[in-house]
Amino acid sequence: MRKFKEIIIEKLILICGLASIFFVALIFIFLLKEGIQVFKSVGLFKFLFGKSWYPISEPPQLGILPLILGSLLVTAGAAAISIPIGVGCAIYIAEIAPLKIKEILKAGIELLAAIPSVVLGFIGMVTLVPLVKTVFHLPTGLTALAGSIMLAFMAMPTIVSIAEDALYSVPKTYKEGALALGATQWQTIWRVMLPAASSGILAAVMLGIGRVIGETMAVMMITGNAAVLPKSILVPVRTLTATIAAEMGEAVVGAEHYFALFAIGIVLFVISFAINVTADLFLHKRE
Amino acid sequence: MRNPYRTQRIAFFFLLLATLLIVVPVGLIVVIIVQKGLPAINWQFLSDIPRHGMRAGGIFPAIVGTIYLVTGAIIFALPIGLLAAIYLSEYSKDNFLTRLIKLAIVNLAGVPSVVFGLFGLALFVVFFKFGASILSGSLTLGIMILPVIITTSREALESVPYSFREVSLSLGASKWQTIRHIVLPNAIPGILTGTILGLGRAAGETAPILFTVAAFYLPRLPASVFDQAMALPYHLYVISTQVPNVDEKIRYGTALVLLMLVLMMNLIAIVIRYKFRKMKKW
Repeated sequence: MRKFKEIIIEKLILICGLASIFFVALIFIFLLKEGIQVFKSVGLFKFLFGKSWYPISEPPQLGILPLILGSLLVTAGAAAISIPIGVGCAIYIAEIAPLKIKEILKAGIELLAAIPSVVLGFIGMVTLVPLVKTVFHLPTGLTALAGSIMLAFMAMPTIVSIAEDALYSVPKTYKEGALALGATQWQTIWRVMLPAASSGILAAVMLGIGRVIGETMAVMMITGNAAVLPKSILVPVRTLTATIAAEMGEAVVGAEHYFALFAIGIVLFVISFAINVTADLFLHKRE
Repeated sequence: MRNPYRTQRIAFFFLLLATLLIVVPVGLIVVIIVQKGLPAINWQFLSDIPRHGMRAGGIFPAIVGTIYLVTGAIIFALPIGLLAAIYLSEYSKDNFLTRLIKLAIVNLAGVPSVVFGLFGLALFVVFFKFGASILSGSLTLGIMILPVIITTSREALESVPYSFREVSLSLGASKWQTIRHIVLPNAIPGILTGTILGLGRAAGETAPILFTVAAFYLPRLPASVFDQAMALPYHLYVISTQVPNVDEKIRYGTALVLLMLVLMMNLIAIVIRYKFRKMKKW
């Protein structure tokens, strides 16, 4: 009897172990089920590279190039800000900060990671957006730049914690060897630690960027939501994620617009899948 | 020749600067929200329904909605996540399947939150016909926090020394008895930490609940799990972007309540982790 009970439990454990695979597949299947129709009716190429997104005009124009470029612009800006700052902070925490300060800094980074994106979006709206408006003399501060700055903050916790892990896991002997040969602390970091940790740091950067591309609420509140081809970083843009979040409420279930938003979801899913798999490869290369 | 120590001083200065560029704004954000939000917080704000098109009154239904959603999410995610963690830590072998499971967890953690919203809409709201309801929202959030729970629980289980298991097995206990009576009790603080972190994550997310449960304005408490509900993060989004002329105080007050709720959970998780580390017997 006990044996029987245990077999049941062990089967249940196996099923739950497989749950993650099941859910990832389920997400993809359901996105595909709803979104694939658009690839048929509009065509994959025209959908990805069509220059106008007018989903409720008659007939609807469903080209997501402006949205892709909006996402790329905001992401590139966020990456340019968050990579140097994030990696710099990781080096400081891992190599330079005294133990007590290290703990405080790590708590600060965890705090940042915990702040809900809608709260960051709200704070960005009331502080950053007016600032961008006055500094650059713009008609509106709701721009790609404001979005980039805010998103940089959301990428930093990911970048800092994973890059710090990477630095931490470099064998101590590397560092001791370099110092014993008379290198300064900085020379050791720059010539020995960073190259040794490079694949982990690369993974950190990729996962940070993945976080930025998928971020929704803050970006929707700050970037101004104009679905046009962006000409500079100082104009309102709209990202892939914000489009889904802003328009799904109005889309009728079963209409072309509804399917098109799911097709955008497929694009996002594929991007995040590619980023995560590649980052995972880099992380495992280290081991 | 360049003086390497001067180079070092300059480099360290920039590294410190980078660190301050992250930490100072974080501090500022928290200070601003607390400073401007605190005057709005009073008993009426916490216990009243929103009034005058959300320009007055309180946020009680949103608080309750969030509590319902988070509870639902954890009821769904904790058993599955814990069993999945047990599988990975106790049963899995180092083979292709295990590799695939780990990769799936990484990917599930990386799926954009709004895509979870789409998925919840397609599966729970439309396909299962649950409608926009607490049930749909909780299940969506539950799947979203699964990776957090699996990863932290697995770490907790794996940190129980192997010798514990060997002793138990050598005394004639079966594998499941060992897990149930030896491994699990020793891993509980770690599992609790993961659960609370998952709760905090679920409480703060907006995008997954946008189309699955969130009500723009619902001045009463939800009656069943098939009811829509207001939720704090969505309410903050609504009053800061969708409703004009809302008093700043109410916006900051709502942001403060949400922030405190999430930070409190993280703080509890950190405290448990810290205490656990100190009293570890091995």
